[in-house]
Amino acid sequence: MASSGQAEVFAPWEDPNEVPLIKIAGVTKRFGDFTAIDNVSIDIYRQEFFALLGPSGCGKTTLMRMLAGFETPSEGLISIDGQDMGAVPPNQRAVNMMFQSYALFPHLSVWDNIAFGLRRDGLSKDKVAARVEEMLKLVQLGQFARRKPHQISGGQRQRVALARSLAKAPKLLLLDEPLGALDKKLRQETQFELMDIQEKTGTTFVIVTHDQEEAMTVASRVAVMDHGQLIQVATPEVIYEQPNSVYVADFIGDVNLIEGAVGAIGDGAELLWAEGRAALMGQPGADLSKGSKATFAIRPEKIAISAEEPMDRRNRVQGKILDIGYLGNLSTYHVELPEGPVVKCEVGNRSRIERRDFTWEDEVWLSWSDTAGLVLPG
Amino acid sequence: MNRLSTFNIVSLTLGFAFLYIPMLILVIYSFNESKLVTVWAGFSTKWYGELLQNEAMIDAAWVTVKVAFLSSSLATILGTMAAYVMVRRGRFFGRTLFSGMIYAPLVMPEVITGLSLLLLFIAIGLDRGVLTIVLAHTTFAMCYVSVVVSSRLISFDDSLEEAALDLGATQWEAFRLVTLPIIAPAVISGWLLAFTLSLDDLVIASFTSGPSATTLPIKIFSSVRLGVSPEINALSTIIIAIVTVGVLTASIISKRQITRRLQEEAAA
Repeated sequence: MASSGQAEVFAPWEDPNEVPLIKIAGVTKRFGDFTAIDNVSIDIYRQEFFALLGPSGCGKTTLMRMLAGFETPSEGLISIDGQDMGAVPPNQRAVNMMFQSYALFPHLSVWDNIAFGLRRDGLSKDKVAARVEEMLKLVQLGQFARRKPHQISGGQRQRVALARSLAKAPKLLLLDEPLGALDKKLRQETQFELMDIQEKTGTTFVIVTHDQEEAMTVASRVAVMDHGQLIQVATPEVIYEQPNSVYVADFIGDVNLIEGAVGAIGDGAELLWAEGRAALMGQPGADLSKGSKATFAIRPEKIAISAEEPMDRRNRVQGKILDIGYLGNLSTYHVELPEGPVVKCEVGNRSRIERRDFTWEDEVWLSWSDTAGLVLPG
Repeated sequence: MNRLSTFNIVSLTLGFAFLYIPMLILVIYSFNESKLVTVWAGFSTKWYGELLQNEAMIDAAWVTVKVAFLSSSLATILGTMAAYVMVRRGRFFGRTLFSGMIYAPLVMPEVITGLSLLLLFIAIGLDRGVLTIVLAHTTFAMCYVSVVVSSRLISFDDSLEEAALDLGATQWEAFRLVTLPIIAPAVISGWLLAFTLSLDDLVIASFTSGPSATTLPIKIFSSVRLGVSPEINALSTIIIAIVTVGVLTASIISKRQITRRLQEEAAA
């Protein structure tokens, strides 16, 4: 988080004097009876890498298509760089989109695909050629310029699509699941390449994805959506460590959820979760009131596992090991508590020759600090 | 290569004999010396020579080609436009009705199409001639074109056109620079289909033609009623030759395209 106030930290959303590039204000989109977007407001700033994240059908693609101009809002306003976009058709917006299917023109060469948008602007031949060469260099595809899209690999196609959408130097670049068609290893490499290119060109990127890992890796801020509503907009760290709801906590990464009722609220909040058991202690989420229904959220990697009872920690529970998963870099233990819930705990395998002395059916203690978990409403 | 069993050979021979023996007889008799169609009197090409002297036949052939070219071109434009609207412009009021109605002329008996067109031309006082045949052929060939083109458009990725718009193209540029080149093979085969349909149509042409314009099928049909002449055999042989060359060229071209594309993909 940008708490230190250092100059190099990029956080325009925290600066009240900064004017957002894109203002989405109270936008609702209905298709017949179905509400795809429900009163969403977001400000996106210059040079941001902004991610719209959510499960399929949450409205993220519709929101992006409204930015591109393929859909018009039923209610609300979208403005880009101060200009109301209501009546501006897609071909007159300084916005370009990289399509999920890449949508490369199959009858044109890589070179002509990239030149397509530049030619529509009526640029001179030399200028088009210079810009295309520059783009080819940016995505390192110079030697494939004369090939047709079906003559290059999937990863290369993805880069052509990126070059084509960046060629006109748009104010805003929209990326619709840009890495969805690539295999995992290539996807990870390309994520960093995307960030690199975004930094180099200084373009504002809005990416739509259902892959939370991808959103966390590339984005400066993430907007989590569900059923057409905006649930939380924050930096990846805040989204992960300070989710504002059970939905966000559950959607991003792994989490253990224990249901109960709110106990005393002081520095932290107590969650009463089982008869005759000590309350769990965690940081309070918003809108908590004593006695109301709440959920305790704790990430598996923040839980310690031990054979002896850790007397120094308030949050400690005993259970029986149900399952062990060895993943190489870490091991996960599924521990069943006598009260019912199964708690997942992750332990990093820091040294190569380590005694992993827990086994199935072992009685173990799980513990975590007072600030490791969150008490969330609902 | 697989060796064929006796059963396969017999069925193959029977099938092809059924298809091609009539035409083979026609071709053989076109080289007959005798004026009597059914009596063989030695090899000769004289009927081909006489055919070239027959101005009425040459005129009819010319009219037919002209009509086929004009009507298939018109039908291709209209049919492609119709297919584009039906497939690409999403749901609009009355879409189901419209798309059903486009295909209805496919199953309409030709006699009825011909008769209704005849009544229309009389009602609006249009003199029957080349123009009326062109209009009539356009009417019925258009739905064939739209069937061929829409089947291609259905598998066309919508986002290609959106990408063109997104990159600053107008609707018309998106169609001309992206959609049309991609669906071009379907448009061309639609045109060829329309051309062939117009070339061999007898029923509708005879309703809508006038004394000034006679197409080849009408000419052939009326001369055969007066007795089959070897000249007609010669003419039919020429038509068969033209169609054969056309079909072979088309299939060779498309086969080459497929192999080239496969090679390109293997190399990538």
